[in-house]
Amino acid sequence: MQEAGRRHFVDTAPFDPATGPAHGHDAATDTASAWRLIARKFLRHRLAVASLIILAAMYATIPVVEFLAPYEQNKRHGDMLYAPPQAVHLFHEGAFRGPFVYPYRAHFDLESFQRSYIADTSAPQPLRFLCRGEPYHYFGLIAGDRHLLCPPEGGSLFLLGTDKLGRDLLSRIIYGARISLVIGLAGVAISFVLGLFFGGIAGYFGGLTDAAVQRLIEIVRSVPELPLWLALSAALPPNWSPLAIFFGITLILGLLDWPGLARAVRSKLLALREEDFVAAAELMGASPRHVIQRHLIPNFMSHLIASATLAIPTMILGETALSFLGLGLRPPVTSWGVLLNEAQNLAAVQLYPWLLLPTVPVLVTVLAYNFLGDGLRDAADPYH
Amino acid sequence: MTPLLSIRDLTIDFRTDRQNFRALDGLSLDVAPGRTLALVGESGSGKSVTAQAILRILPRSATITAGRILFAEPEQPGTVREITALPADGPQMRELRGGRIAMIFQEPMTCLSPLHTIGDQVGEALRVHTGASRADADAQTRDALARVGFPDPERALHTYPFELSGGLRQRAMIAMALIMRPALLVADEPTTALDVTTQAQILALLGRLQAETGMSILLITHDLGVVANMAHDVAVLYRGRLVEAGSREDVLRRPGHPYLRALIKAVPRFDMAPGERLTPITPARVTIPQRPPPVLRPGPILSVAGVSKVFALRSAKASGEAGLIRAVTDVSLAVKAGQTLGLVGESGSGKTTLSKMVMRAVVPSAGRILFDAGAGPRNVHALSGADLFAYRRAVQFVFQDPYSSLDPRMTVGELLGEPMRIHGIPKRERQQRTRDLMAMVGLDPGGLSRYPHAFSGGQRQRIGIARALALEPRVLLLDEPVSALDVSVQAQILNLLKDLQAALGLTYLIVSHNLAVIDYMADTISVMCRGRIVEAAPKATLFRNPAHPYTRALLAAVPDPSLDHPLDFAAVSGEHSDPTAWPEPFRLTAAESGAMREIEAGHEVRMGGTEALRAA
Repeated sequence: MQEAGRRHFVDTAPFDPATGPAHGHDAATDTASAWRLIARKFLRHRLAVASLIILAAMYATIPVVEFLAPYEQNKRHGDMLYAPPQAVHLFHEGAFRGPFVYPYRAHFDLESFQRSYIADTSAPQPLRFLCRGEPYHYFGLIAGDRHLLCPPEGGSLFLLGTDKLGRDLLSRIIYGARISLVIGLAGVAISFVLGLFFGGIAGYFGGLTDAAVQRLIEIVRSVPELPLWLALSAALPPNWSPLAIFFGITLILGLLDWPGLARAVRSKLLALREEDFVAAAELMGASPRHVIQRHLIPNFMSHLIASATLAIPTMILGETALSFLGLGLRPPVTSWGVLLNEAQNLAAVQLYPWLLLPTVPVLVTVLAYNFLGDGLRDAADPYH
Repeated sequence: MTPLLSIRDLTIDFRTDRQNFRALDGLSLDVAPGRTLALVGESGSGKSVTAQAILRILPRSATITAGRILFAEPEQPGTVREITALPADGPQMRELRGGRIAMIFQEPMTCLSPLHTIGDQVGEALRVHTGASRADADAQTRDALARVGFPDPERALHTYPFELSGGLRQRAMIAMALIMRPALLVADEPTTALDVTTQAQILALLGRLQAETGMSILLITHDLGVVANMAHDVAVLYRGRLVEAGSREDVLRRPGHPYLRALIKAVPRFDMAPGERLTPITPARVTIPQRPPPVLRPGPILSVAGVSKVFALRSAKASGEAGLIRAVTDVSLAVKAGQTLGLVGESGSGKTTLSKMVMRAVVPSAGRILFDAGAGPRNVHALSGADLFAYRRAVQFVFQDPYSSLDPRMTVGELLGEPMRIHGIPKRERQQRTRDLMAMVGLDPGGLSRYPHAFSGGQRQRIGIARALALEPRVLLLDEPVSALDVSVQAQILNLLKDLQAALGLTYLIVSHNLAVIDYMADTISVMCRGRIVEAAPKATLFRNPAHPYTRALLAAVPDPSLDHPLDFAAVSGEHSDPTAWPEPFRLTAAESGAMREIEAGHEVRMGGTEALRAA
């Protein structure tokens, strides 16, 4: 064995250099465009795909909140203030009865001045599905009264409890999703446009323009965020309609969030300009417009979408924080932040902890966006 | 004698989420004490994976599926450690790594931490393994730096990597690897990133250190010239399999495997007969459409007249002269239509800046670049509008890196069509022409709908060449056209370029650091050093009778794959790119730039001012 290194060994297996190198590609990969490769790589990121499904489901509720929510968002139940969540049961006295609830009986303790609710376990009230309930108007236009889930005849259905005016929290969370989810997208759309513009001119023209944009970014970034939000939203005239306030808040969030995206655009542009294929196009005599349209934008768009996705949670949290402080959206508009505004009172939280439940959808949304953004970022460059 | 390191039936698999891939398939080899085993192979052959397996630093996606790696402890005879059985991060493996087995890498810059001094980094292994005190470690580090040829080891202790040249950084890496006096040095392409003269010095250093310490070297390389000059034993890998192994004499003089035989024939050599063609391992089948030969005018089609480029460092703009970098100084060249001019130089010689000025990507500080499209020479940098557009069409560029020069988001058809689209060629004609172009570079027109990632490096470079030919240019500028490619593919690309030139009457300006490539391609050669042309001559003259000391040093430093022309390591130990150190009459003081003197027909050499005065 010791002479193995010295002996002249020649492999006798047949040698055929013409069989292509072990590239391992199939024909489908060879002709797959970058977006197809990105999609493929993204689909392998399980957490991101799961997040995408969750988010898609959440956004799918937006056009049909009236149908999904058992109650209208402002429907008050004067006799059911601060009612705790009602449990759904399946078996009554050992027998299967389908989903039902026990009716609440309100009891007011005149000594402690506390309201308590006792479930009357003798009279199960079955839930109704796809039933006719309170009338509503889709988008304020089409009249309807079908609901996915209705309270029992003559009973109540407060799966997540009620607030101080006796409004169903679940319904309000479902309605609130409409505002909270849209505000993130709308805000990012604004900051996307701004970021693309400022990052684009900084990265493409360089020099003085770049320096000016950089300084502007630094100034915007160095302003403490929360006080500025507060100041700006306090400046919104109180007599504006809730819709105008909504757009105002979106604008404020978008205007303050673009620096991150602008930086991403700029650095990606600078990196791409160093690539030989950009130089190649320029040496062919291509105009700047051609270079930007054919080479720069297609190559950084996927990265930009990933960055934008990661910016959405900031928007949602921003809206939630502002509304929580009472400076964002105001009732009667419902958003998750507005709902949490009611949980400001420590005593209320202690006695009625279900008022904090609107944090759960915020948490889920923000986490899902972060995972989704991570997955997109990993997939954005499919050639690595 | 028992081997120091034995690898038996080593099989390594890579598992990625898309595919599984066998990187090594039943590799067996031995490294004998005190000898150098060269592991030869191209990219994807598994040679670097072998090195990583020996040090157990394989990437996470790799698993050692079968086989053993045995290391015979040199200090305790009879003790054999089974490296493959040790936990990769365990204390025993850590003790071996850096202590008994050390490694040096290809890229010396990225392997040194920019935040720590050379002294800190070289001494680190010592302090980790022996717990030596600071003063002790410094003393030993100083010795180590002196041994690897640092001119002032005391000062080197306190310098940072960015202050050192590439060669000195690689020396520092070697000092770091050798400070624990390892029994085995694994050197993964240690000189690939270096200039030829620096490469020769580092190879000489490795040889000397081996003689002094008696260590074994596992030298991983793709360069048969390095193998011929360094190895005692040779093992050849091809796609994860060992195809040939034996002593250097056996393997290089009597190559048995068809792959190695083909590889040897595919490397350009200096002793090739005029007109001899390289034989690529897989020849490209090209169909070049017959065109009437273009009318070649007698004068130069492209000429560079007294061009200089001075870059001002931003930090020193205020302080004036001190911050100026003279990238190119008073360079003049002329290329005749249908011919090839080769521009040779090491890194920093200004050859790339010059080619960028020809492409109008950089504006010269002085001088003119003249292009003669048939209506008399015109200054390229004064062109504008339609004339500039026409120039862009007539002069095309082939990039060095076939990966970054093709936009990954375009199909090959779009890539080849892009220049024609920019220049307003109608769609129908574009489609026909892209098919012709694919055939011209020997690719299947069916590949037009594929994306660049479907092609290998050599195929991508052919796509790059096809794109450059799309507009039927007169001149091609080739910037290191094969340096990013495997040896077996290089021959294919070089032959393709030659065939295209012959068929289409193209003019080439080829820029390279590889003298053998320039020798194979060029008709006339200019040698650049520190921004100046130091020697210019027709190919045959230059290689037969090099006059300038820098040219001679370059030629002497190229390792030849033939065993009959060993490197003269003694001849390359000096500093050859310093004009003040050149012997008379070539010496140039810092202030003077000398002048080109013709020493025989067409053969010009730059000489210093003293000589110029005497001649005048």
